[in-house]
Amino acid sequence: MQKKEVIIVGGGVIGCAIAYYLARLNVKALVIESEEIGHGGSSRNGGGVRQSARDPRELPLAMHAIRYIWPDLSDELGVDVEYCQEGNLRLAKTEEHIKILERVIAQGISLGLDLRLIDQQEVREICPYVSDEVIAASYCPTDGHGNPMVTTLAYYKRAREMGAEFITGEMVQSILIRKGKVGGIKTNLGTYESDQVILAAGYESRAIANTVGIDIPMQRTLVEALVTDQQPYMFPQMIGTAASDFYGHQTKHGSFVFGGMTGMEPYGSEVDNPITRSITAPSICRAILGYFPAIGQANIVRTWSGWLDVCADHVPILSKVDELPGLTLACAFSGHGYGIAPAVGQSIAELVINGNPTLSLDAFRYDRFQPKS
Amino acid sequence: MTMKMERKLIQGDFIPRADDELIVCRCEEITQGEIRKAVYDGMFTMNEVKRYLRAGMGLCQGQTCSRLVQNIIARELGLAPGEVEISTSRSPARPIQMKQMAKDGVKK
Repeated sequence: MQKKEVIIVGGGVIGCAIAYYLARLNVKALVIESEEIGHGGSSRNGGGVRQSARDPRELPLAMHAIRYIWPDLSDELGVDVEYCQEGNLRLAKTEEHIKILERVIAQGISLGLDLRLIDQQEVREICPYVSDEVIAASYCPTDGHGNPMVTTLAYYKRAREMGAEFITGEMVQSILIRKGKVGGIKTNLGTYESDQVILAAGYESRAIANTVGIDIPMQRTLVEALVTDQQPYMFPQMIGTAASDFYGHQTKHGSFVFGGMTGMEPYGSEVDNPITRSITAPSICRAILGYFPAIGQANIVRTWSGWLDVCADHVPILSKVDELPGLTLACAFSGHGYGIAPAVGQSIAELVINGNPTLSLDAFRYDRFQPKS
Repeated sequence: MTMKMERKLIQGDFIPRADDELIVCRCEEITQGEIRKAVYDGMFTMNEVKRYLRAGMGLCQGQTCSRLVQNIIARELGLAPGEVEISTSRSPARPIQMKQMAKDGVKK
């Protein structure tokens, strides 16, 4: 079989974006996905394209993507990815909540982000539908949202047109080593040779990396969301709360997508498939109605769930592996990979091809984790 | 696990058909031509077509058009309809108001 220039394991938004940016550098990657394109977190996703409340290590990636890539991405890929840059409101109901926001705001400002605390009146001017309980919010006007499912498929479509190869329904099981370097991969159906393998398979990356003695400290956590029927246009902002009880936005289509946590997520029964639990959607509804009573008449048409690949320190691993030349990791996005995916795709493509990405990835090394002394 | 598929480009230009204007997904008003073009663009599974176009993502959640979409994808790819996996069905079976759903699971 012909040797591949680069093999990407995982056909989610990260894998497809890397394939696209590699194609722009005239490198035709092979993407291998065990299910279908965008099967995992890329299609089980709140769609936030956000800088506010990002970890300081991740913020440069988000700022770069929002300044230079997101605004033109639909034109660039030839598909409307529904990017909407109308700001992020993080709502507060209590003085405690305001204290949480003040910490987030101080950190954002120190890193050069346009983020500020606004009072009840200003919140209402920006978003008239909030309830009387909302007393303040943080506001980041350059934040927004997009459609993660379409973004993933748009990167896939364009990369495919530019010569990247995609195979779905084939599961990568291990990494092959040849003379101390990456030699390729073994799947459930055969082997593929390549000097360069990028693991972008979410939580599943861990088991594959384990086959060459590399471990990634991450956990799988269930998240659930609900989608309403089409509603009249209400507001364009991405919404979050200081209490972290729900998040969401109204899509271009008119439906609302809302996610939230019950607090019971880490203690669900052990199942292989992400399932929606009967307690979650009602819990999310209660949270939303406390902030947006007017949405109560919207109908829920579906619920969904997915796994987060939560890293020990909640930021991703974007790194070459010193012990095994040719292996690159792009995983453990911890639930906030979508907004930074364009910057990650571009940076990983550059890292693999010339070792010198435009944006530094030093903070995301795989060997940054140290046990307590 | 899904069937192995190589996502090779379909050779030649996209060829429209006379009946491409036919609406297949009534809730989201998606036509046969749009579905055929999505397959041409690489959307080879029902979930991919759904996520790309919203076919089957509306009020009835594909209860009306699922089999039709499945048939169109199969025909475009030269597969038997049964070889195209049907989209994942999701709760609730019928739309339910958020203010009703909010009452579930709370002690009175």
